[in-house]
Amino acid sequence: MSKIEEVLSHYMEGHHESLIPILQDIQLAEGYLSEEAIVRIGSFLRMSTTKIYGLATFYDRFRFYPGGRVHLRICHGTTCFINGSSAVVAAVREALGIEPGQTTRDGRFSYEITACMGGCNDGPLVMIDGEFRTHVRAEDIPEMISKLKAVADLK
Amino acid sequence: MQFTIEVNNRSIRAEKGETILSALNRNGIMIPTLCRMAEFTPTGACRMCVVEVEGRDRLVTACSAPVEEWMKIQTHSPRVIRARKTIVELLLANHPDDCLYCERNLDCELQRLADQLQVRERRIRASKIKPRRDQSSPAIVRELSKCILCGRCIRVCEEVITATSIDFIGRGSSTHVGPAMDRDFNFSSCIHCGQCVLVCPTGALHEKHYLSEVQEQLSSDNVIRVIQYSPLVPWALAGELGVKYNRDFDRVLNAVLRKIGFDKVFLSGTGTDILITELADEILRRQESGEKRNLIVSACPAWVKYCEQFYPGLLPMLSTLKTPQQISGAIIKSAVVPDDDRQRVYTVSVTPCTAMKFEARRDSMTRKGISDIDTVLTVRELARLVILYGIDVSNIGPEAADEPLALRSSASLMAETAGGITESVIRSLFVKAGSREADRIAAKKLRAAGSFRETTVTAGGGTFSVAVVDGIKGFEKLKQMLDGGTVYDLIEVMACPGGCVNGGGMQSAGSREAVRQRSRFVWQTNDQEAVRGPEQSASVAALYGKVFEECSELADKTLFHTRFDKREVLL
Repeated sequence: MSKIEEVLSHYMEGHHESLIPILQDIQLAEGYLSEEAIVRIGSFLRMSTTKIYGLATFYDRFRFYPGGRVHLRICHGTTCFINGSSAVVAAVREALGIEPGQTTRDGRFSYEITACMGGCNDGPLVMIDGEFRTHVRAEDIPEMISKLKAVADLK
Repeated sequence: MQFTIEVNNRSIRAEKGETILSALNRNGIMIPTLCRMAEFTPTGACRMCVVEVEGRDRLVTACSAPVEEWMKIQTHSPRVIRARKTIVELLLANHPDDCLYCERNLDCELQRLADQLQVRERRIRASKIKPRRDQSSPAIVRELSKCILCGRCIRVCEEVITATSIDFIGRGSSTHVGPAMDRDFNFSSCIHCGQCVLVCPTGALHEKHYLSEVQEQLSSDNVIRVIQYSPLVPWALAGELGVKYNRDFDRVLNAVLRKIGFDKVFLSGTGTDILITELADEILRRQESGEKRNLIVSACPAWVKYCEQFYPGLLPMLSTLKTPQQISGAIIKSAVVPDDDRQRVYTVSVTPCTAMKFEARRDSMTRKGISDIDTVLTVRELARLVILYGIDVSNIGPEAADEPLALRSSASLMAETAGGITESVIRSLFVKAGSREADRIAAKKLRAAGSFRETTVTAGGGTFSVAVVDGIKGFEKLKQMLDGGTVYDLIEVMACPGGCVNGGGMQSAGSREAVRQRSRFVWQTNDQEAVRGPEQSASVAALYGKVFEECSELADKTLFHTRFDKREVLL
């Protein structure tokens, strides 16, 4: 059974209120929401894919591209911004040579800029594979990336 | 229950349960609105209609707030006007300043509001929305930078047409309107009905223009320029040009089109007459052979695409007969011009419909790389062409259209309303059965309000059950009936509520009542015309009696038929 079908097997067909939980589960299982997944959810819930896509794009947490093996989410909320998240973003951009939303050619990395993730006391925040790095500074980035390369190669 | 409320220090009568806006409008007080659409649940999203209610700190949206007995309302106080003006200024902040070059210049709700509220300077500055123009659809163009996110198109597409092809994508300042996966229109479930174009307040959604193509052909040498127009076009064009319509205008239009430079002027209505004849024949043929099977009219191209993508299982029920436009087109490019001249013929069709632009581009509408119809124009586009060529329609005498598509019956005009094709086919069945007058009760039933209608008629010993879906929302009911095993001899589905009288290429009617008014015009005209059905039309007689027989391509009438296939789009 595909990952999508496995997720859907926990839900009732045609129940619109299950949409967000399903999207969350699929993002967790596959790392992103593929077009295939959205079409399948549409037929499962008997909903227009237009509606599903429209709703999913409202939320920052949902991704629509596969991304790298290691995915960085850099917080750009107000507090992180005041604490220097722009410099962190610039450092990541330089270290990886890609824009937010893109994936490095070797498939190791991707990153995105997100709205507040709620760790305002410990910013700037970077979330890597579900774990928070706190008080990240721009000068930490090159070392962090080279360590993460090993992590990506293990995946 | 009625009660009195105070508005601008005067008393007006209001009715319990109605909104503030409706009470005000009924008492002659107008308030600007933007996201509001008649007959839709109000959302109060744009805040254009705010009023001041004594005792409430915040301004109240008149379109959504119910009126209450204790209310004292100020509709045009300085605070209210300032709020409305600010809203328009904010909308204009990131709007492209290209009104002069805009599709909707002088016909734009945003422009009108800015004028009414006397916005004369740019007070709020913001970066412009990045231009993005989606021209992928053959019928509808999306210009995202002009969108003010009122959401009307989204609601029409979902609540009226049920195709749900567009929605808000993203959030905050990056919000925009688009199809699933933010693709372009050609991949979407859009059925090209154009109802979104009718409700768009700005130039963000409009039909795709083919006017420059037409102009080019009009000035080319060695081209035979042919134009045909739908039965409703003269009336609609008069409205678009702001001239008074009378019956002569039908024939004045022929002269107008010749003045523009068209060599031949034909009526799509003759094609409709052929469609009606063929449908009636098909029904009789099935009745004779005892074949009881659903027959769905495929004259509405928006409905056909809807069926192809959402209900491919129903495709075998669809009549394979083409739309009137394409039937006429096939005749023009087969019989009207000699075979070796076909390359030189350029055919234009004017319709009240945007989906016909898509229809003409279908694979099966082309023979050996030559389209039966080269260009489809909406009534709006034709009005522009008439103005561009400097033609004074009020100063031109009537002329006849060209044979062999020179006459139309009133039955073909009826086909412009939902239920009209059905009524016309029934009329033909009665004529074929030797009866003089069709069943008036059936006609009344078919003209009733509601999105699904059905009736049974008896003509010449045969009993026929028919159903009409008036606006694709009524399809749900039809689907229930079909699933329940009901079989109809004829089913007519019109995507736009009201039929072609409410098509996407016309002026917006604005309300259900206004659409009905248009239908009434058609019914009245129908009562006055002498040629009631295709059987009485000299053009139809000549076509069947002579033209088809003499033309090798038309003799077996296969050119009037097409096929439909399951369509893979993002649903």
